[in-house]
Amino acid sequence: MAIVRSRRTSGVVALGRYSALAVGAILFLIPFYLLLRSAFMREQDLGSPDFHWLPPVWETDNLTGLFSNPAIPMARSMLNSAIIAVVQTVGVLFISGLAGYGLARIPYRWSNAVFYGITATLLIPAAVTFVPSFVLVSTLGWISTLRGLIIPGLFQALATFLFRQFFLGFPKEIEEAAFMDGLGWWGTFWRIVVPNSRGFAAAIGTITFIGSWNAFLWPLVIGRDQSSWTVQIALSTFLTAQSVQVSQLFMAALVAIFPLLLMFLFLQRWIVEGVERTGIAGD
Amino acid sequence: MTLSARLRGRQDRNLWFWVFVGPFVIGLVVFVYVPIIWSIYLSFFNSYNTVTPTEFVGFGNYLDMLRDPAFVDSLWTFAVFAVFIVPVTFVASLAIALLVARTRVMQAFFRSVFFLPTACSYVVASLIWKMSIFSGVRSGLANYVLGWFGLDSIPWLSLAQPPWYWLVIVTARLWLQLGFYMILFLAGIQRINPNLYEAAAIDGAEGWKVLRHITLPQLRATSTAVLLLLLINAFQAFDEFYNILSTFGTYPPYARPPLVYLYYTALGSGQDFGHGSAGAVILTLIILIVALGQGRILRLGGRDD
Repeated sequence: MAIVRSRRTSGVVALGRYSALAVGAILFLIPFYLLLRSAFMREQDLGSPDFHWLPPVWETDNLTGLFSNPAIPMARSMLNSAIIAVVQTVGVLFISGLAGYGLARIPYRWSNAVFYGITATLLIPAAVTFVPSFVLVSTLGWISTLRGLIIPGLFQALATFLFRQFFLGFPKEIEEAAFMDGLGWWGTFWRIVVPNSRGFAAAIGTITFIGSWNAFLWPLVIGRDQSSWTVQIALSTFLTAQSVQVSQLFMAALVAIFPLLLMFLFLQRWIVEGVERTGIAGD
Repeated sequence: MTLSARLRGRQDRNLWFWVFVGPFVIGLVVFVYVPIIWSIYLSFFNSYNTVTPTEFVGFGNYLDMLRDPAFVDSLWTFAVFAVFIVPVTFVASLAIALLVARTRVMQAFFRSVFFLPTACSYVVASLIWKMSIFSGVRSGLANYVLGWFGLDSIPWLSLAQPPWYWLVIVTARLWLQLGFYMILFLAGIQRINPNLYEAAAIDGAEGWKVLRHITLPQLRATSTAVLLLLLINAFQAFDEFYNILSTFGTYPPYARPPLVYLYYTALGSGQDFGHGSAGAVILTLIILIVALGQGRILRLGGRDD
Protein backbone atom coordinates (compact mmCIF):
# COMPACT_ATOMS: atom_id res chain seq x y z
CA MET A 1 0.00 0.00 0.00
CA ALA A 2 2.63 2.46 1.08
CA ILE A 3 4.69 1.76 -2.03
CA VAL A 4 1.68 2.28 -4.30
CA ARG A 5 0.86 5.57 -2.64
CA SER A 6 4.41 6.88 -2.81
CA ARG A 7 4.60 5.90 -6.46
CA ARG A 8 1.42 7.82 -7.15
CA THR A 9 2.64 10.90 -5.24
CA SER A 10 5.98 10.80 -7.02
CA GLY A 11 4.04 10.66 -10.30
CA VAL A 12 2.10 13.77 -9.27
CA VAL A 13 5.33 15.50 -8.21
CA ALA A 14 6.98 14.66 -11.53
CA LEU A 15 3.95 15.97 -13.42
CA GLY A 16 4.06 19.20 -11.43
CA ARG A 17 7.79 19.53 -12.07
CA TYR A 18 7.42 19.06 -15.82
CA SER A 19 4.47 21.47 -15.97
CA ALA A 20 6.45 24.16 -14.13
CA LEU A 21 9.44 23.65 -16.43
CA ALA A 22 7.25 23.69 -19.54
CA VAL A 23 5.62 26.99 -18.52
CA GLY A 24 9.03 28.47 -17.76
CA ALA A 25 10.46 27.22 -21.05
CA ILE A 26 7.60 28.77 -23.03
CA LEU A 27 8.04 32.10 -21.24
CA PHE A 28 11.77 31.98 -22.01
CA LEU A 29 11.23 31.19 -25.68
CA ILE A 30 8.57 33.87 -26.29
CA PRO A 31 11.07 36.77 -26.65
CA PHE A 32 12.97 34.80 -29.34
CA TYR A 33 9.68 34.04 -31.06
CA LEU A 34 8.61 37.69 -31.00
CA LEU A 35 11.93 38.67 -32.56
CA LEU A 36 11.50 36.12 -35.32
CA ARG A 37 7.85 37.07 -35.93
CA SER A 38 8.47 40.82 -35.96
CA ALA A 39 11.42 40.42 -38.34
CA PHE A 40 9.08 38.89 -40.94
CA MET A 41 6.17 41.31 -40.48
CA ARG A 42 5.25 44.22 -42.70
CA GLU A 43 5.69 47.69 -41.22
CA GLN A 44 1.94 48.40 -41.38
CA ASP A 45 1.12 45.14 -39.54
CA LEU A 46 3.62 45.92 -36.79
CA GLY A 47 2.08 49.36 -36.41
CA SER A 48 -1.51 48.10 -36.34
CA PRO A 49 -3.32 48.26 -32.98
CA ASP A 50 -3.88 44.49 -32.87
CA PHE A 51 -1.45 41.92 -31.51
CA HIS A 52 -0.58 39.16 -34.00
CA TRP A 53 0.80 35.79 -32.97
CA LEU A 54 1.64 35.14 -36.62
CA PRO A 55 2.50 37.69 -39.29
CA PRO A 56 -0.58 38.28 -41.47
CA VAL A 57 1.84 38.27 -44.41
CA TRP A 58 5.36 36.78 -44.21
CA GLU A 59 7.54 39.63 -45.47
CA THR A 60 11.01 38.66 -46.68
CA ASP A 61 11.84 42.09 -48.12
CA ASN A 62 13.10 43.10 -44.66
CA LEU A 63 16.02 40.76 -45.14
CA THR A 64 16.86 41.69 -48.70
CA GLY A 65 16.40 45.39 -47.98
CA LEU A 66 18.54 45.29 -44.86
CA PHE A 67 21.93 45.11 -46.54
CA SER A 68 21.05 47.72 -49.14
CA ASN A 69 19.65 50.24 -46.64
CA PRO A 70 22.19 53.09 -46.35
CA ALA A 71 20.71 54.13 -42.97
CA ILE A 72 21.96 50.93 -41.28
CA PRO A 73 25.62 50.10 -42.04
CA MET A 74 24.78 46.44 -41.44
CA ALA A 75 27.45 44.72 -43.55
CA ARG A 76 30.25 46.93 -42.24
CA SER A 77 29.23 46.64 -38.59
CA MET A 78 28.81 42.85 -38.85
CA LEU A 79 32.30 42.66 -40.34
CA ASN A 80 33.73 44.85 -37.57
CA SER A 81 32.07 42.69 -34.90
CA ALA A 82 33.36 39.50 -36.53
CA ILE A 83 36.94 40.79 -36.75
CA ILE A 84 36.91 42.03 -33.16
CA ALA A 85 35.36 38.84 -31.76
CA VAL A 86 37.66 36.48 -33.66
CA VAL A 87 40.87 38.38 -32.87
CA GLN A 88 39.92 38.80 -29.21
CA THR A 89 38.98 35.14 -28.84
CA VAL A 90 42.20 33.86 -30.42
CA GLY A 91 44.24 36.47 -28.55
CA VAL A 92 42.73 35.74 -25.14
CA LEU A 93 43.15 31.97 -25.59
CA PHE A 94 46.81 32.44 -26.58
CA ILE A 95 47.79 35.09 -24.01
CA SER A 96 45.80 33.74 -21.05
CA GLY A 97 46.53 30.11 -21.89
CA LEU A 98 50.28 30.73 -21.81
CA ALA A 99 50.07 32.84 -18.67
CA GLY A 100 47.83 30.35 -16.90
CA TYR A 101 50.24 27.51 -17.64
CA GLY A 102 53.29 29.50 -16.54
CA LEU A 103 51.59 30.42 -13.27
CA ALA A 104 50.44 26.86 -12.63
CA ARG A 105 53.59 24.94 -13.50
CA ILE A 106 56.84 26.93 -13.79
CA PRO A 107 58.43 27.35 -10.36
CA TYR A 108 59.53 30.96 -9.96
CA ARG A 109 60.33 32.92 -6.84
CA TRP A 110 57.85 35.74 -7.45
CA SER A 111 55.16 33.56 -9.01
CA ASN A 112 52.73 34.07 -6.12
CA ALA A 113 53.28 37.84 -6.06
CA VAL A 114 52.55 38.02 -9.81
CA PHE A 115 49.47 35.88 -9.31
CA TYR A 116 48.12 38.15 -6.56
CA GLY A 117 48.80 41.18 -8.74
CA ILE A 118 46.62 39.59 -11.42
CA THR A 119 43.76 38.45 -9.19
CA ALA A 120 43.61 41.84 -7.45
CA THR A 121 42.36 43.33 -10.72
CA LEU A 122 39.47 40.85 -10.69
CA LEU A 123 38.02 42.82 -7.81
CA ILE A 124 37.92 45.98 -9.92
CA PRO A 125 35.16 45.54 -12.50
CA ALA A 126 36.19 46.51 -16.03
CA ALA A 127 33.08 48.61 -16.51
CA VAL A 128 34.03 50.93 -13.67
CA THR A 129 37.43 51.58 -15.25
CA PHE A 130 36.00 52.67 -18.59
CA VAL A 131 36.70 56.33 -17.85
CA PRO A 132 40.44 55.82 -17.16
CA SER A 133 40.72 53.34 -20.05
CA PHE A 134 39.06 55.85 -22.36
CA VAL A 135 41.57 58.48 -21.24
CA LEU A 136 44.45 56.12 -22.07
CA VAL A 137 43.09 55.01 -25.43
CA SER A 138 42.32 58.56 -26.51
CA THR A 139 45.86 59.60 -25.57
CA LEU A 140 47.18 56.81 -27.78
CA GLY A 141 45.01 58.17 -30.60
CA TRP A 142 43.05 54.93 -30.88
CA ILE A 143 39.52 56.40 -30.85
CA SER A 144 37.37 55.00 -33.67
CA THR A 145 39.95 52.38 -34.61
CA LEU A 146 39.79 48.59 -34.49
CA ARG A 147 43.01 48.69 -32.45
CA GLY A 148 41.27 50.69 -29.74
CA LEU A 149 38.33 48.28 -29.77
CA ILE A 150 40.42 45.09 -29.72
CA ILE A 151 43.72 45.51 -27.86
CA PRO A 152 42.53 46.64 -24.38
CA GLY A 153 40.22 43.58 -24.31
CA LEU A 154 43.02 41.07 -24.92
CA PHE A 155 44.18 40.94 -21.31
CA GLN A 156 41.48 39.16 -19.32
CA ALA A 157 42.48 38.40 -15.74
CA LEU A 158 39.50 36.06 -15.29
CA ALA A 159 40.54 33.90 -18.27
CA THR A 160 44.12 33.68 -16.94
CA PHE A 161 42.81 32.78 -13.48
CA LEU A 162 40.57 30.03 -14.89
CA PHE A 163 43.31 28.60 -17.12
CA ARG A 164 45.63 28.44 -14.10
CA GLN A 165 42.99 26.59 -12.08
CA PHE A 166 42.46 24.20 -14.97
CA PHE A 167 46.19 23.48 -15.51
CA LEU A 168 46.69 22.88 -11.79
CA GLY A 169 44.33 19.93 -12.15
CA PHE A 170 46.13 18.58 -15.25
CA PRO A 171 47.79 15.15 -14.57
CA LYS A 172 51.42 15.98 -13.79
CA GLU A 173 52.77 12.53 -14.70
CA ILE A 174 52.11 13.08 -18.41
CA GLU A 175 54.01 16.36 -18.38
CA GLU A 176 56.90 14.80 -16.45
CA ALA A 177 57.17 12.03 -19.04
CA ALA A 178 57.32 14.65 -21.79
CA PHE A 179 60.00 16.50 -19.87
CA MET A 180 62.08 13.33 -19.62
CA ASP A 181 61.89 13.11 -23.38
CA GLY A 182 63.56 16.52 -23.49
CA LEU A 183 60.60 18.56 -24.68
CA GLY A 184 61.13 21.49 -22.25
CA TRP A 185 58.42 23.90 -21.10
CA TRP A 186 57.53 25.19 -24.54
CA GLY A 187 57.38 21.79 -26.21
CA THR A 188 55.48 20.17 -23.36
CA PHE A 189 52.90 22.93 -23.41
CA TRP A 190 52.23 22.89 -27.15
CA ARG A 191 52.59 19.15 -27.85
CA ILE A 192 51.14 17.60 -24.69
CA VAL A 193 49.07 20.09 -22.72
CA VAL A 194 47.31 22.05 -25.49
CA PRO A 195 45.98 19.01 -27.40
CA ASN A 196 44.50 17.70 -24.13
CA SER A 197 42.86 21.01 -23.18
CA ARG A 198 40.65 21.54 -26.22
CA GLY A 199 37.39 21.20 -24.31
CA PHE A 200 38.32 23.75 -21.71
CA ALA A 201 39.72 26.11 -24.33
CA ALA A 202 36.43 25.75 -26.21
CA ALA A 203 34.55 26.87 -23.08
CA ILE A 204 36.76 29.93 -22.50
CA GLY A 205 36.72 30.68 -26.24
CA THR A 206 32.93 30.55 -26.45
CA ILE A 207 32.49 32.79 -23.42
CA THR A 208 35.05 35.26 -24.79
CA PHE A 209 33.49 35.27 -28.26
CA ILE A 210 29.98 35.89 -26.90
CA GLY A 211 31.21 38.62 -24.55
CA SER A 212 33.11 40.27 -27.36
CA TRP A 213 30.27 40.09 -29.91
CA ASN A 214 27.74 41.40 -27.37
CA ALA A 215 29.94 44.08 -25.77
CA PHE A 216 28.27 47.46 -25.64
CA LEU A 217 29.77 50.09 -23.32
CA TRP A 218 33.36 49.96 -24.63
CA PRO A 219 32.40 50.03 -28.35
CA LEU A 220 29.98 52.87 -27.53
CA VAL A 221 32.76 54.88 -25.95
CA ILE A 222 35.50 54.10 -28.52
CA GLY A 223 33.58 53.53 -31.76
CA ARG A 224 32.66 57.13 -32.46
CA ASP A 225 32.74 57.08 -36.27
CA GLN A 226 30.22 55.05 -38.19
CA SER A 227 33.05 53.12 -39.85
CA SER A 228 34.08 51.67 -36.48
CA TRP A 229 30.60 50.73 -35.25
CA THR A 230 30.04 47.18 -34.08
CA VAL A 231 26.72 45.53 -34.80
CA GLN A 232 25.49 46.26 -31.26
CA ILE A 233 26.21 49.98 -31.69
CA ALA A 234 24.46 50.04 -35.06
CA LEU A 235 21.37 48.37 -33.54
CA SER A 236 21.41 50.61 -30.48
CA THR A 237 21.76 53.80 -32.52
CA PHE A 238 18.68 53.00 -34.54
CA LEU A 239 16.75 51.66 -31.55
CA THR A 240 17.21 54.87 -29.56
CA ALA A 241 16.79 57.14 -32.57
CA GLN A 242 13.56 55.41 -33.67
CA SER A 243 13.90 56.93 -37.10
CA VAL A 244 14.11 53.63 -38.90
CA GLN A 245 11.69 50.98 -40.09
CA VAL A 246 10.91 48.93 -37.00
CA SER A 247 10.41 45.67 -38.89
CA GLN A 248 13.82 46.10 -40.49
CA LEU A 249 15.33 46.83 -37.07
CA PHE A 250 13.98 43.48 -35.84
CA MET A 251 15.44 41.78 -38.90
CA ALA A 252 18.79 43.40 -38.19
CA ALA A 253 18.68 42.11 -34.61
CA LEU A 254 17.77 38.63 -35.83
CA VAL A 255 20.70 38.65 -38.25
CA ALA A 256 22.96 39.89 -35.43
CA ILE A 257 22.10 37.10 -32.96
CA PHE A 258 21.60 34.20 -35.38
CA PRO A 259 25.28 33.17 -35.78
CA LEU A 260 25.77 33.43 -32.04
CA LEU A 261 22.74 31.31 -31.10
CA LEU A 262 23.85 28.65 -33.55
CA MET A 263 27.38 28.59 -32.17
CA PHE A 264 26.08 28.59 -28.63
CA LEU A 265 23.83 25.58 -29.20
CA PHE A 266 26.80 23.55 -30.46
CA LEU A 267 29.34 24.69 -27.88
CA GLN A 268 27.28 25.08 -24.72
CA ARG A 269 28.16 21.63 -23.44
CA TRP A 270 31.80 22.73 -23.17
CA ILE A 271 30.77 25.71 -21.08
CA VAL A 272 28.71 23.49 -18.78
CA GLU A 273 31.64 21.09 -18.46
CA GLY A 274 34.08 23.94 -17.87
CA VAL A 275 31.91 25.33 -15.07
CA GLU A 276 31.72 21.91 -13.46
CA ARG A 277 35.45 21.31 -13.80
CA THR A 278 36.88 24.57 -12.47
CA GLY A 279 33.96 25.52 -10.26
CA ILE A 280 33.92 29.05 -11.67
CA ALA A 281 31.68 29.84 -8.73
CA GLY A 282 34.31 28.33 -6.42
CA ASP A 283 33.68 26.34 -3.29
CA MET B 1 75.04 18.85 -10.38
CA THR B 2 77.58 21.70 -10.49
CA LEU B 3 76.74 25.12 -9.16
CA SER B 4 76.80 26.73 -12.59
CA ALA B 5 74.43 24.12 -14.01
CA ARG B 6 72.06 24.66 -11.11
CA LEU B 7 72.18 28.41 -11.61
CA ARG B 8 71.57 27.99 -15.30
CA GLY B 9 68.64 25.73 -14.53
CA ARG B 10 67.18 28.39 -12.30
CA GLN B 11 67.79 31.09 -14.87
CA ASP B 12 66.10 28.92 -17.47
CA ARG B 13 63.04 28.63 -15.28
CA ASN B 14 62.94 32.38 -14.66
CA LEU B 15 63.32 33.04 -18.37
CA TRP B 16 60.57 30.57 -19.31
CA PHE B 17 58.27 31.93 -16.63
CA TRP B 18 58.42 35.34 -18.25
CA VAL B 19 58.11 33.92 -21.75
CA PHE B 20 54.79 32.38 -20.69
CA VAL B 21 53.47 35.02 -18.30
CA GLY B 22 55.18 38.17 -19.63
CA PRO B 23 52.86 39.09 -22.51
CA PHE B 24 49.83 38.97 -20.24
CA VAL B 25 51.49 40.90 -17.43
CA ILE B 26 52.71 43.65 -19.78
CA GLY B 27 49.21 44.05 -21.23
CA LEU B 28 47.65 44.06 -17.79
CA VAL B 29 50.02 46.76 -16.56
CA VAL B 30 49.53 48.96 -19.63
CA PHE B 31 45.76 48.59 -20.01
CA VAL B 32 44.59 48.07 -16.43
CA TYR B 33 47.13 49.34 -13.90
CA VAL B 34 48.26 52.46 -15.79
CA PRO B 35 44.69 53.71 -16.47
CA ILE B 36 43.67 53.15 -12.86
CA ILE B 37 46.70 54.99 -11.46
CA TRP B 38 46.35 57.77 -14.03
CA SER B 39 42.70 58.08 -13.17
CA ILE B 40 43.45 58.42 -9.46
CA TYR B 41 45.91 61.19 -10.42
CA LEU B 42 43.31 62.96 -12.60
CA SER B 43 40.73 62.79 -9.82
CA PHE B 44 42.80 65.30 -7.80
CA PHE B 45 42.97 67.83 -10.63
CA ASN B 46 40.72 70.17 -12.52
CA SER B 47 40.79 68.41 -15.87
CA TYR B 48 38.14 69.53 -18.33
CA ASN B 49 38.98 68.26 -21.81
CA THR B 50 42.54 67.40 -20.86
CA VAL B 51 44.42 64.40 -19.55
CA THR B 52 47.52 66.38 -18.54
CA PRO B 53 46.00 68.83 -16.05
CA THR B 54 47.89 71.43 -14.04
CA GLU B 55 45.36 72.76 -11.53
CA PHE B 56 45.50 70.67 -8.34
CA VAL B 57 42.23 70.69 -6.40
CA GLY B 58 42.89 68.09 -3.69
CA PHE B 59 39.75 66.27 -2.65
CA GLY B 60 37.59 68.93 -4.30
CA ASN B 61 36.30 66.63 -7.04
CA TYR B 62 35.41 63.95 -4.48
CA LEU B 63 33.49 66.43 -2.33
CA ASP B 64 31.70 67.76 -5.42
CA MET B 65 30.65 64.25 -6.38
CA LEU B 66 29.38 63.34 -2.92
CA ARG B 67 27.48 66.64 -2.77
CA ASP B 68 26.05 66.22 -6.27
CA PRO B 69 22.43 65.07 -5.84
CA ALA B 70 22.55 63.39 -9.27
CA PHE B 71 25.49 61.19 -8.23
CA VAL B 72 23.84 60.27 -4.93
CA ASP B 73 20.63 59.57 -6.86
CA SER B 74 22.53 57.16 -9.10
CA LEU B 75 23.59 55.20 -6.02
CA TRP B 76 19.95 55.06 -4.93
CA THR B 77 18.94 53.88 -8.39
CA PHE B 78 21.46 51.07 -8.07
CA ALA B 79 20.13 50.21 -4.60
CA VAL B 80 16.52 49.97 -5.84
CA PHE B 81 17.62 47.92 -8.86
CA ALA B 82 19.66 45.54 -6.68
CA VAL B 83 16.79 45.07 -4.21
CA PHE B 84 14.68 43.70 -7.07
CA ILE B 85 17.11 41.94 -9.39
CA VAL B 86 19.36 40.15 -6.86
CA PRO B 87 16.75 38.17 -4.88
CA VAL B 88 14.51 37.53 -7.89
CA THR B 89 17.34 36.12 -10.04
CA PHE B 90 18.73 34.16 -7.10
CA VAL B 91 15.46 32.43 -6.21
CA ALA B 92 14.40 31.85 -9.83
CA SER B 93 17.72 30.40 -10.98
CA LEU B 94 17.97 28.17 -7.89
CA ALA B 95 14.40 26.93 -8.35
CA ILE B 96 14.92 26.15 -12.02
CA ALA B 97 18.25 24.44 -11.31
CA LEU B 98 16.54 22.23 -8.69
CA LEU B 99 13.75 21.36 -11.13
CA VAL B 100 16.13 20.66 -14.03
CA ALA B 101 18.47 18.57 -11.84
CA ARG B 102 15.62 16.20 -10.93
CA THR B 103 14.37 15.62 -14.47
CA ARG B 104 15.56 12.61 -16.43
CA VAL B 105 13.69 13.00 -19.70
CA MET B 106 14.43 16.15 -21.71
CA GLN B 107 16.93 17.50 -19.17
CA ALA B 108 19.30 18.74 -21.90
CA PHE B 109 16.39 20.44 -23.68
CA PHE B 110 15.24 22.39 -20.64
CA ARG B 111 18.79 23.32 -19.68
CA SER B 112 19.43 24.65 -23.19
CA VAL B 113 16.22 26.68 -23.28
CA PHE B 114 17.01 28.49 -20.03
CA PHE B 115 20.69 28.87 -20.94
CA LEU B 116 20.11 30.16 -24.48
CA PRO B 117 19.34 33.84 -23.61
CA THR B 118 22.89 34.08 -22.20
CA ALA B 119 24.05 34.27 -25.83
CA CYS B 120 21.71 37.19 -26.57
CA SER B 121 23.02 40.75 -26.22
CA TYR B 122 21.50 43.36 -23.93
CA VAL B 123 20.88 45.52 -26.99
CA VAL B 124 18.78 42.88 -28.73
CA ALA B 125 16.89 42.06 -25.52
CA SER B 126 16.23 45.78 -25.01
CA LEU B 127 14.85 45.96 -28.54
CA ILE B 128 12.46 43.05 -27.94
CA TRP B 129 11.37 44.37 -24.53
CA LYS B 130 10.96 47.98 -25.63
CA MET B 131 9.41 47.57 -29.07
CA SER B 132 7.56 44.30 -28.75
CA ILE B 133 6.67 43.11 -25.24
CA PHE B 134 6.39 46.39 -23.36
CA SER B 135 5.58 48.84 -26.14
CA GLY B 136 2.95 51.12 -24.64
CA VAL B 137 0.39 50.41 -27.36
CA ARG B 138 -2.26 47.69 -27.66
CA SER B 139 -0.15 45.60 -30.02
CA GLY B 140 2.51 45.05 -27.36
CA LEU B 141 2.37 41.58 -25.80
CA ALA B 142 2.08 42.83 -22.19
CA ASN B 143 -0.86 45.10 -22.99
CA TYR B 144 -2.45 42.39 -25.13
CA VAL B 145 -2.36 40.04 -22.13
CA LEU B 146 -3.80 42.78 -19.88
CA GLY B 147 -6.60 43.05 -22.45
CA TRP B 148 -7.60 39.42 -21.75
CA PHE B 149 -8.55 40.55 -18.25
CA GLY B 150 -10.30 43.68 -19.49
CA LEU B 151 -7.52 45.94 -18.19
CA ASP B 152 -6.41 49.20 -19.81
CA SER B 153 -3.11 49.49 -21.64
CA ILE B 154 -0.18 50.70 -19.59
CA PRO B 155 2.41 53.14 -21.01
CA TRP B 156 5.28 51.07 -19.64
CA LEU B 157 8.18 53.32 -20.52
CA SER B 158 6.96 56.82 -21.20
CA LEU B 159 6.06 57.79 -17.61
CA ALA B 160 8.25 58.38 -14.57
CA GLN B 161 5.29 57.77 -12.23
CA PRO B 162 4.18 55.10 -11.57
CA PRO B 163 7.63 53.62 -12.28
CA TRP B 164 6.55 50.72 -14.51
CA TYR B 165 9.92 50.96 -16.26
CA TRP B 166 11.43 48.96 -13.38
CA LEU B 167 9.36 45.94 -14.39
CA VAL B 168 10.69 46.24 -17.96
CA ILE B 169 14.32 46.57 -16.89
CA VAL B 170 14.27 43.87 -14.22
CA THR B 171 12.54 41.26 -16.42
CA ALA B 172 14.95 41.93 -19.30
CA ARG B 173 17.99 41.28 -17.12
CA LEU B 174 16.30 38.30 -15.44
CA TRP B 175 15.75 36.68 -18.85
CA LEU B 176 19.32 37.37 -19.97
CA GLN B 177 21.24 36.15 -16.92
CA LEU B 178 19.07 33.49 -15.26
CA GLY B 179 20.56 30.65 -17.34
CA PHE B 180 24.14 31.40 -16.32
CA TYR B 181 23.33 31.24 -12.60
CA MET B 182 21.22 28.14 -13.18
CA ILE B 183 24.35 26.44 -14.62
CA LEU B 184 26.37 27.48 -11.55
CA PHE B 185 23.71 26.02 -9.25
CA LEU B 186 23.45 22.84 -11.35
CA ALA B 187 27.22 22.33 -11.03
CA GLY B 188 26.89 22.84 -7.26
CA ILE B 189 24.01 20.38 -7.01
CA GLN B 190 25.98 17.73 -8.90
CA ARG B 191 28.89 18.04 -6.47
CA ILE B 192 26.72 17.07 -3.49
CA ASN B 193 27.65 13.64 -2.19
CA PRO B 194 24.82 11.19 -3.03
CA ASN B 195 25.44 9.35 0.27
CA LEU B 196 23.89 12.32 2.06
CA TYR B 197 20.63 11.76 0.19
CA GLU B 198 20.71 8.04 0.87
CA ALA B 199 21.22 8.68 4.58
CA ALA B 200 18.31 11.13 4.54
CA ALA B 201 16.09 8.56 2.78
CA ILE B 202 16.93 5.96 5.42
CA ASP B 203 15.95 8.50 8.09
CA GLY B 204 12.65 8.93 6.27
CA ALA B 205 13.23 12.54 5.19
CA GLU B 206 11.41 13.66 2.06
CA GLY B 207 10.79 16.65 -0.18
CA TRP B 208 11.14 19.98 1.60
CA LYS B 209 13.06 18.47 4.50
CA VAL B 210 15.79 17.16 2.19
CA LEU B 211 15.94 20.51 0.43
CA ARG B 212 16.18 22.44 3.68
CA HIS B 213 18.58 20.23 5.59
CA ILE B 214 20.81 18.84 2.83
CA THR B 215 20.62 20.58 -0.55
CA LEU B 216 20.56 24.21 0.58
CA PRO B 217 23.32 23.91 3.23
CA GLN B 218 25.50 22.03 0.73
CA LEU B 219 25.01 24.87 -1.77
CA ARG B 220 26.17 27.54 0.64
CA ALA B 221 29.46 28.29 -1.15
CA THR B 222 27.81 28.42 -4.56
CA SER B 223 25.01 30.62 -3.18
CA THR B 224 27.47 33.12 -1.72
CA ALA B 225 29.36 33.34 -4.99
CA VAL B 226 26.13 33.78 -6.96
CA LEU B 227 24.96 36.57 -4.66
CA LEU B 228 28.27 38.41 -4.99
CA LEU B 229 28.30 38.06 -8.79
CA LEU B 230 24.68 39.24 -9.01
CA LEU B 231 25.46 42.28 -6.89
CA ILE B 232 28.62 43.25 -8.81
CA ASN B 233 26.85 42.79 -12.14
CA ALA B 234 23.89 44.90 -11.01
CA PHE B 235 26.33 47.60 -9.95
CA GLN B 236 27.74 47.68 -13.48
CA ALA B 237 24.33 47.85 -15.18
CA PHE B 238 24.45 50.10 -18.20
CA ASP B 239 23.34 48.44 -21.45
CA GLU B 240 19.67 47.82 -20.72
CA PHE B 241 19.11 51.16 -18.97
CA TYR B 242 20.71 53.04 -21.86
CA ASN B 243 18.92 51.13 -24.60
CA ILE B 244 15.49 50.82 -23.02
CA LEU B 245 15.12 54.27 -21.49
CA SER B 246 16.78 56.67 -23.91
CA THR B 247 14.70 57.84 -26.83
CA PHE B 248 15.60 60.19 -29.66
CA GLY B 249 19.14 60.30 -28.32
CA THR B 250 18.23 61.69 -24.88
CA TYR B 251 18.11 59.91 -21.54
CA PRO B 252 15.43 60.83 -18.99
CA PRO B 253 16.62 62.63 -15.83
CA TYR B 254 15.50 59.75 -13.58
CA ALA B 255 16.63 56.11 -13.32
CA ARG B 256 20.30 56.76 -13.99
CA PRO B 257 22.44 54.02 -12.44
CA PRO B 258 26.08 54.89 -11.60
CA LEU B 259 27.61 53.96 -14.95
CA VAL B 260 24.98 55.85 -16.94
CA TYR B 261 25.63 58.89 -14.76
CA LEU B 262 29.38 58.51 -15.21
CA TYR B 263 29.02 58.09 -18.96
CA TYR B 264 27.22 61.40 -19.32
CA THR B 265 29.51 63.23 -16.87
CA ALA B 266 32.90 62.10 -18.11
CA LEU B 267 32.22 61.51 -21.78
CA GLY B 268 29.32 63.86 -22.44
CA SER B 269 29.79 67.33 -23.90
CA GLY B 270 31.86 68.44 -20.90
CA GLN B 271 34.56 65.73 -21.01
CA ASP B 272 35.01 66.34 -17.30
CA PHE B 273 37.71 63.75 -16.56
CA GLY B 274 38.46 65.09 -13.07
CA HIS B 275 34.95 64.54 -11.73
CA GLY B 276 34.48 61.41 -13.86
CA SER B 277 37.63 59.86 -12.41
CA ALA B 278 36.66 60.80 -8.86
CA GLY B 279 33.29 59.13 -9.46
CA ALA B 280 34.99 56.00 -10.85
CA VAL B 281 37.29 55.82 -7.81
CA ILE B 282 34.34 56.14 -5.42
CA LEU B 283 32.43 53.39 -7.26
CA THR B 284 35.50 51.13 -7.27
CA LEU B 285 35.92 51.61 -3.53
CA ILE B 286 32.28 50.70 -2.94
CA ILE B 287 32.68 47.51 -5.01
CA LEU B 288 35.94 46.65 -3.24
CA ILE B 289 34.31 46.96 0.16
CA VAL B 290 31.46 44.67 -0.91
CA ALA B 291 33.80 42.17 -2.61
CA LEU B 292 36.36 42.03 0.18
CA GLY B 293 33.57 41.56 2.68
CA GLN B 294 32.68 38.34 0.88
CA GLY B 295 36.09 37.64 -0.67
CA ARG B 296 36.98 35.08 1.96
CA ILE B 297 34.19 32.85 0.71
CA LEU B 298 35.24 33.16 -2.92
CA ARG B 299 38.80 32.43 -1.81
CA LEU B 300 40.39 33.75 -5.00
CA GLY B 301 43.79 32.15 -5.47
CA GLY B 302 43.74 30.36 -2.18
CA ARG B 303 43.21 26.97 -3.73
CA ASP B 304 46.56 25.41 -4.47
CA ASP B 305 45.16 21.91 -4.80
